[in-house]
Amino acid sequence: MNLNIFRPKRVWGIVLRHLYLLKHSISRWIDLLYWPTVDLFLWGFITLYLQRGFYQGSKWIFQFLGALIFWNILIRAQQGLAVGFLEDIWARNLLHIFISPLTIFEYLMGLFIYSLFKAFVASLLMAFLAFFVFNFKVLMQVVDVFLLTGCLIIFAWSIGLLTMAFILFFGQEAEILAWALALLFLPFSAVFYPIEVLPENFQSIAKIVPTSYIFETFRQILLKGYTPYIFIVKAYVLVFIYFLLSAGTFVIAFNFAKKTGKITKIGE
Amino acid sequence: MFPILKVENLTKKYGKKVVLDKISFELYPSDILGIIGPNGAGKSTLLYTLLGIVFPDSGKIYYFGKDFSKNRSEILYKVSFASQYISLPYSLTVEENLKVFAHLYEISEVNKKIDELLKIFKLFDKKKILTRALSSGEMMRLNLVRAFLNDPSILLLDEPTAGLDPEYIKYIRDLFKEFSQKRNLSIILTSHQLGELEKIITKALLIKEGKTLAYGNITELFQKFKVSSLEELYFKVFV
Repeated sequence: MNLNIFRPKRVWGIVLRHLYLLKHSISRWIDLLYWPTVDLFLWGFITLYLQRGFYQGSKWIFQFLGALIFWNILIRAQQGLAVGFLEDIWARNLLHIFISPLTIFEYLMGLFIYSLFKAFVASLLMAFLAFFVFNFKVLMQVVDVFLLTGCLIIFAWSIGLLTMAFILFFGQEAEILAWALALLFLPFSAVFYPIEVLPENFQSIAKIVPTSYIFETFRQILLKGYTPYIFIVKAYVLVFIYFLLSAGTFVIAFNFAKKTGKITKIGE
Repeated sequence: MFPILKVENLTKKYGKKVVLDKISFELYPSDILGIIGPNGAGKSTLLYTLLGIVFPDSGKIYYFGKDFSKNRSEILYKVSFASQYISLPYSLTVEENLKVFAHLYEISEVNKKIDELLKIFKLFDKKKILTRALSSGEMMRLNLVRAFLNDPSILLLDEPTAGLDPEYIKYIRDLFKEFSQKRNLSIILTSHQLGELEKIITKALLIKEGKTLAYGNITELFQKFKVSSLEELYFKVFV
């Protein structure tokens, strides 16, 4: 690897910038911890209600909580990336960052690491609450957990990169996508229900959304006790295509912003 | 002597509007070049292009004899920038902001370096406070501290004394002169305060609508245009 385009200390500088920001900001801590907690309690009590009232003894009911935790990993990783980028826009810090020796690759690496941190903190909190409050236990192979989580994170980064590209193309008007774009994939990801319940044309779309295979795999593990690795392979093939397309779009957008001078005005 | 910055026919268009039109100049160690022009002349675009944040349409930039477009990261270790108009993130303390940038420039002995510069720019007592609590003058001095963190050989400054008290303007002007003479620092700066510029610059580049109207050593320019001050030169060239 060319050492001039990847220097760990420069990457750590970006991580540090966001950790310092988090350190001083109660609202950012609330954003990180409050929403996952509310989501977990809401779905936890719905789960309890369904389990006690209608589906006594059904273990599939736990899929809601498990799926919620996995979906939350995706959301936190995606927002960690896209909102991290927005933080630099809001602070008008992009110019300072990109006149330093830092490369765009290192900048993204820094944001990727920070987004992992956010996803880890939020999902750990949810898993902890799910276990102690709702006695939620799912027996899964560690390797399966890593495979599912890895795919979700790469997809989260793909959506995050696409959001950042839109912001560079269209300015801050596009910042709403940092919260909205991932939700576009929610109905097709079949997070809380099997793909079969979707109308046929929606099922066709779901087939090209990697997360639909991930959540289907999760359900199979939970309900049938085996891992359909073919789904995982399909998910990874798709997610790498998404990631390459998003990264390519982001690089084009970044060069477009430098060519048009937009990068010096964004955030004004 | 070898120029540490050589700009050749730098051209930039935004749509059909020509913002920089074949700008060429050279900068040598210890030179202090003032970029002078009315609003919209292309001064900021020129600085941003020299920093690599805006791509030129054509032309070449060589720092230390190396093509900037091919050696960006390596060159930016020795080039820095400060502007009155761009602050550091408000939600970090002064020290934290500087530590972040010290990492981006891979500076060793970070704490010592930060303390030394905060003392030089009289901000040491503000080290632990949030950046949002600084006055505009203090913010500019913090920008200068950040700009000096990497011991630059070339410093680009956009309105560096705007918002500063007269006491600090003189202090910082003397500091620039000292750095320029003792450490061979070369400076490129823009300012509308012609009186201030005249006290510090050794060369001037006068541009309007992206075109070079005059360029050269300041005393030679005064002789050529038969003027005795920068203000007179400004009016003679632009009005």
